Amino acid sequence: MTDKTMPAVGLETVGMTKIFGSLVALEDASIRVAPGTMHALLGENGAGKSTLVKCIMGFYQPTRGKIIVDGVEEIVRNPRDAMKLKLGMVYQHFTLVPSLTAAENLVISRPDCPSIVNWTAELANLEAFLDRMPFKVPLRTPVSSLSAGEKQKLEILKQLYLDRRFLILDEPTSVLTPGEADEILGLLRDMTRAGELTILMITHKFREVNAYCDEVSVLRRGKYVGSGKVSDLTTDEMAHMMIGDTKLRERSARVEQGADRTVLELSALFASDDEGLPAIASVDLKVKAGEIVGIAGVSGNGQSELVEVLSGQRDLDDGRIFINGQPFEPTRQHMDKFKVFGLPEEPLKNATAPRLSVAENMAMRSFDKPPISQNGWWLSPRPMKAKARELIAQYRVKTPGPDTPIQNLSGGNVQRAVLARELSGDVEVLIVANPCFGLDFASVADIRAQIIEQRNSGAAVLLVSEDLDEILELSDRVAVMSEGHITYVSPIGETDRNTIGHAMAGGH
Amino acid sequence: MTVINPMSSEAGTTLSPVRVFFDQVRTASEYVIIPLLALAVTCILFSGLLLILGQSPVDFFELLWRGGFGTPFSWQNTLTRSSPLILTALCVAIPAQLGLVIIGGEGALVLGGFMAAITALPFLGWAPPAVVLSVMAIAGVTTGAVWIGVVGALRYYRGINETISSLLMFYIAIAIMNFFVEGAFKDLANPNKPSTKSIGDANMIGKIPGMDVHWGFVVGIAVAVILWVLMNRTTFGFAARITGGNIRAAKAQGLPVGLLMISACAIAGGCAGLAGFFEVAAIQGKANASLAAGYGFTGILVAFLARQNALAAVPFAILLGGIAAAGGLIQRRMGLPDATVNVLTGLMFVVLLVSETLYGRIPLFKPRES
Repeated sequence: MTDKTMPAVGLETVGMTKIFGSLVALEDASIRVAPGTMHALLGENGAGKSTLVKCIMGFYQPTRGKIIVDGVEEIVRNPRDAMKLKLGMVYQHFTLVPSLTAAENLVISRPDCPSIVNWTAELANLEAFLDRMPFKVPLRTPVSSLSAGEKQKLEILKQLYLDRRFLILDEPTSVLTPGEADEILGLLRDMTRAGELTILMITHKFREVNAYCDEVSVLRRGKYVGSGKVSDLTTDEMAHMMIGDTKLRERSARVEQGADRTVLELSALFASDDEGLPAIASVDLKVKAGEIVGIAGVSGNGQSELVEVLSGQRDLDDGRIFINGQPFEPTRQHMDKFKVFGLPEEPLKNATAPRLSVAENMAMRSFDKPPISQNGWWLSPRPMKAKARELIAQYRVKTPGPDTPIQNLSGGNVQRAVLARELSGDVEVLIVANPCFGLDFASVADIRAQIIEQRNSGAAVLLVSEDLDEILELSDRVAVMSEGHITYVSPIGETDRNTIGHAMAGGH
Repeated sequence: MTVINPMSSEAGTTLSPVRVFFDQVRTASEYVIIPLLALAVTCILFSGLLLILGQSPVDFFELLWRGGFGTPFSWQNTLTRSSPLILTALCVAIPAQLGLVIIGGEGALVLGGFMAAITALPFLGWAPPAVVLSVMAIAGVTTGAVWIGVVGALRYYRGINETISSLLMFYIAIAIMNFFVEGAFKDLANPNKPSTKSIGDANMIGKIPGMDVHWGFVVGIAVAVILWVLMNRTTFGFAARITGGNIRAAKAQGLPVGLLMISACAIAGGCAGLAGFFEVAAIQGKANASLAAGYGFTGILVAFLARQNALAAVPFAILLGGIAAAGGLIQRRMGLPDATVNVLTGLMFVVLLVSETLYGRIPLFKPRES
């Protein structure tokens, strides 16, 4: 049944079902991944994708269902069993040791890694191994100084080095630039075509599915919806399979703003990074009422420091921030007075206290004002919970209740909870950073619509994003940040992807 | 046509209130049962140690019970010892809500006691006891607050690890007290043990009526209740818990993180300073090396046993007060060294820290998925 001259491993799940208590996380998923193909696994957050791959990798024991590897039914009791069957997984976040070199990372990942390593021999072996591989990474550089793309390559090389021939990739391109993503996916596709490898890729990006994948399987709310050849399906059909008939929030139309009033003005901002080196230098920017200014740039060019400065997480070395012509300091009084709100990236890390409840996290803006606190110091839990229930319903946050610790919610729902907290009032200035990072299709559409809605109602929005498509879709004006400076500003109608890309790459 | 119903996941709240109540009790009991389990494991391990020493664990625990809790006399001894423990535990538990681990409460206790003793001196002989005691209490609390407040400020402004700095400042505190007690403030009437001048019996804090326990115990409980309310029912406490939960989020909310840290440390130090005041005004009558009796360090253990909850610090302070109270009896009856009970408390601390890893892992305590 399987051509054994091909090193790639094929895998099939039959009726895979996983039930946690009364929660059916995965029901009757039967997917078939032929050896030497690239297979996309599509589904919204909470659709059961992770449950399925965890069952395959032996992290979970399925309640029902079988795994068939190369035509033989196998039982995967733990990740070690999966390893023996040459199944491997690359996680969304890097699992490399940053202070070690690529060579060291590869050698220590081996289950048979000797206590005393003969580095001369190992390096020779590794070089021979790399010669057979389509990717190259510098072996002797510490991983911390590799780019995200190189790290991702190294993660994949590690799996190949360990002779895993069926790879599960969990959103492999979420940390990569579009160029890096294309390069890696292209090389992986070539390897699958050559029969070296089989890939099951979890993704939200239809562009990647259309460009690189052979087949696709779709899960929706724990249920298997269907599979098919990518060439037989349109993007709309895939999106429909993925989100079903659930109504997405209507996309707000962009209302033209006649106002020409500058709300947010950044004047000669300077700030340093964690090591004390200059991160942003003489940043000047104006944002008008009812305008979205998108800041594009390759990650690590000062964008995150800029957002931290504006949200009070980092001190300014020099420069002033003005709102409506008045000086602004990121204190609670000023944030309330000028109605400044923020949607930071990775909300669990930047905008929530993970172990506090959903209600407490939602009250972070309002806990010192009526109705939660009538006098500014006494806290009433009852109105706090009532407000949380209201916001949970209004913003469709999926949570067992307002008392659940927010860290138990899925990424999309954490972001919705933060959105509910930040956008439920009157917003004058909105600072947004990578708001859709790692979120599913429906949440992304929802969150972008909310940002547009704020713009339409007159808020000045500063959007920092590493996703150029997001910038192009949302912004009225684009600014490019490179090496801590704003190097390019243009109205969206007078620029294009190539010009922006050129500026991002450092061309002035 | 399926439409996401935002309320569907809330269906669990329509369960009978009785079941919801029992579910809450079941999940909350995790915080009671795991520490009790840790105590049981400690007793088993310690019994093993006693058997190696050729001693009977049954005798030991019987004496521990008798010395700590078995008689009205031992109860009074226990409660007297537990009153500083409640306050020093608060010195750990309050900063812990902001993610700060302060272990130098002993320093604030010693200096608070010392300052209370010496500020009393100009008032002795002419001022009524109420005035003397008020001045002493203010001096003790203020000194403790400044001492640990400095730790908080060093942490916030200079990024100096608060655990290390508070510990090192304990040594400085001891040195300061010894310097003055053996020098400028030495009471020449008492040459054997360098001490400050006694505040006099008339100025000592009295006992709770009907008991041989001073009022510090009641004050300790009152402070614990007040601080629990402060941390859980006020905007200050909420802002502090946000800061402890995620300092980046707290900053993004424009909260005055530095002020919160320093205030929490100052409150904590004030508690320890108050404990020092009671040791001087209710027990010793003067400041000397006996102030550094280790209450500040045992308080760390109490706070961890109580999982940094101000109210839970009270029963655990009584438990550890009882163990300490039984030390003398065990020494006399079993011929074991006085430090034996310290081994017991040390073992308890280690087992307790290990038990922290059990939270959230026992299915019995998990909320039911509905």
